[in-house]
Amino acid sequence: MTTEHRSVSDQVMQTFASLRLTMAVLILLALVSIIGTVIPQGQLPPEYVASIGGEQGNRFRLYGLLGFFDMYHAWWFQGLLVLLSINLLACTIKRLPHVWRIATRPDTTLSSAQEAAATCSVVLDLPESINRDRLTAAVTAVAGRPVVTEQDHELHLFVQKRPWARLAVYGVHASVILIFIGAIIGNIFGFKGFVAIPEGDTVSSFTDRKGQERPLGFELRCDQFTVSFYDAPGGGPSQMPKEFKSILTLTENGKEIPGYTHARLIVNEPLTYKGITFYQSSYGNTGNHTFTVGTTRLTVSSEETAHLPDGSSMHLIEAVQDVSPFLPGKSGPAARIDVHPANSGPAVTLLSLANYPEENKREAARLSLPIITYQGGTERPYTGLQVNKDPGVWVVWIGSLLMCIGLYVAFFLPHQRIWFRFGHARLVIAGHTTKSQAAFRQRLERIEQELKATLQQEEKP
Amino acid sequence: MISGSLMNATTIFYMLSTLAFFIYMAGRNKQIGLAGSTLAWTGFAIQTVALGLRWKESYDMGVGHAPMSNLYESVVFFAWSIVLIFGIIDAKYKYRVIGAFVMPFALLGMTWGQLYLPSDISPLMPALQSNWLTYHVISCFLGYAAFAVACGVSIMYLIKAKSEQKGDEAAGGILSVFPPTRVLDDLNYKAIMVGFPLLTLGIITGAAWANYAWGTYWSWDPKETWSLIVWFVYAAFLHARFTKGWVGKRAAWLSIIGFAATIFCYLGVNLLLSGLHSYGGM
Repeated sequence: MTTEHRSVSDQVMQTFASLRLTMAVLILLALVSIIGTVIPQGQLPPEYVASIGGEQGNRFRLYGLLGFFDMYHAWWFQGLLVLLSINLLACTIKRLPHVWRIATRPDTTLSSAQEAAATCSVVLDLPESINRDRLTAAVTAVAGRPVVTEQDHELHLFVQKRPWARLAVYGVHASVILIFIGAIIGNIFGFKGFVAIPEGDTVSSFTDRKGQERPLGFELRCDQFTVSFYDAPGGGPSQMPKEFKSILTLTENGKEIPGYTHARLIVNEPLTYKGITFYQSSYGNTGNHTFTVGTTRLTVSSEETAHLPDGSSMHLIEAVQDVSPFLPGKSGPAARIDVHPANSGPAVTLLSLANYPEENKREAARLSLPIITYQGGTERPYTGLQVNKDPGVWVVWIGSLLMCIGLYVAFFLPHQRIWFRFGHARLVIAGHTTKSQAAFRQRLERIEQELKATLQQEEKP
Repeated sequence: MISGSLMNATTIFYMLSTLAFFIYMAGRNKQIGLAGSTLAWTGFAIQTVALGLRWKESYDMGVGHAPMSNLYESVVFFAWSIVLIFGIIDAKYKYRVIGAFVMPFALLGMTWGQLYLPSDISPLMPALQSNWLTYHVISCFLGYAAFAVACGVSIMYLIKAKSEQKGDEAAGGILSVFPPTRVLDDLNYKAIMVGFPLLTLGIITGAAWANYAWGTYWSWDPKETWSLIVWFVYAAFLHARFTKGWVGKRAAWLSIIGFAATIFCYLGVNLLLSGLHSYGGM
């Protein structure tokens, strides 16, 4: 087949299996991946949207059109990953059969082509009287048991080490595909979600990433949630959290599940039941609080924003029912709140105390706001759990393991072959290695020296 | 604390070692080259003791953890890893002059850590309380260190290749102590052959840990993404050897770009971008 008459499919194969494509795809992937580390992904902070000229601006629309706000799932990025996979597969289809043949059916005779391609070779002059058995015994002693072939009145002896190491690079390539498959399985058959459970409450469903409620298939109760702190250097607790801990009980149709009653869940120690895993991911307080703003009474829930009569809005940061541990000399309920003015100016933070109206008045005057008085409230801690099922994760780990082993073998365990050809009183030794040539040369030199010592003199009668 | 004083001593040894290698490069006095290596090894031994002591000191304080949990500890461990990888190559190949291009990285790390970063031993926040921390950090930083050595060797390659092109090789001078480009190219490849599997292991242990702590092994967080960018660059480097038109200078440039991306992944992401690894910042 001449190049002009190559079939189209051949040319396509040639392109997809080319290393130039590999280089192009890898460099392109490296370059475009930067975009998503500079432009925020997913939920966009309003300040960012404003900084690029607002949602009506050209930049926002262009970025949106190009999928820059979710670029790792954009068609062109996924397309590059698909191209990488096709490239890997095409390379494997093109090269594996040849490598497989080298690994499984080695050339046991030394051809002149092989001799030319050898990493190193030497010629020894030996007495013509040396026979097959003596040569084989000598080679076995220094290099391992050889395959012996007689061809054209010449003796060919062949030894090799680790022919399977040739396949390692294909193991690495397969591992990339395996990891992709694991990720796809996880995406199709798995889910990720979140559930917040106030202390003492029971839930039987969670919210997935699309905001939909999904049943767990069992019930989950939060018995307790606690935060513990490290000791401060001078004694007493510091501000540095040591442990976030939920005590959970799982039930099925109201019956407690053995091994899952009062089970402990902390960060880095997830809890798995029926393929669903729970991770300690956040916490907070939930409840209702009463404020008076000017003359209006207002009920504010712990984590929501409440609108004030003048158009501004307020947000509760934290509230306590007894302020004395934090403000010595004071007592009663206290709340720290953020107020966002109606004219979208900067937010202000203020402290409101139930028992000290004078202080609230002063704060109001200082910030030119209506007087805000915290009346008190009820609060319970809640635990926030990441809920996750990923049946593909094991495929990803198997792929990862294969990649590590494959890289190690491909880089550090060379396939070494040594041929010995004896005829007309000459022994040609030729060796080939895929890696670590210096060490291999030393091995070959040692073999040469030892063969010289045992074979170069005539056999004594 | 004793470990702090030993770290200062380490910095001084690395400085002297760097100086010795510079003088060796200029004067080609073999004794001074040997002194450079000896100083580097001595500094390394002192630093190893210092790291061990810091580890022990954290247990004495009741907040025991491997000394790899904040920016100071990581930069010190990075310096240690660079000297380790350089030391192995130095012992194996004996091209002393490479020290002049690698030890400055270790010196820079130690100086920054000792002079500008808070070095208190602090307790671990809940997300970091995991054995994965140690495995993840060790594999990542040994990988980074191998890339640092590869970068130093690549810079030497480019300088040497330029002089070979001009043909002033016979003139001698500083460049005559440089190994031939063929050797530099080979060392570059060898260092990356060590670094790439370690980086891969670092990414995988990071993914395993993320899966354990948060339930996702990959979330395209900027740190994760940059580690993958570094991986792509070195994967390209490894394939460049077999690709027409990519051998030699281009491969050396890939190695340098790879290390620049590594440094951005390590520092730039924490200092300039936001994400899950925010505790690594100052």
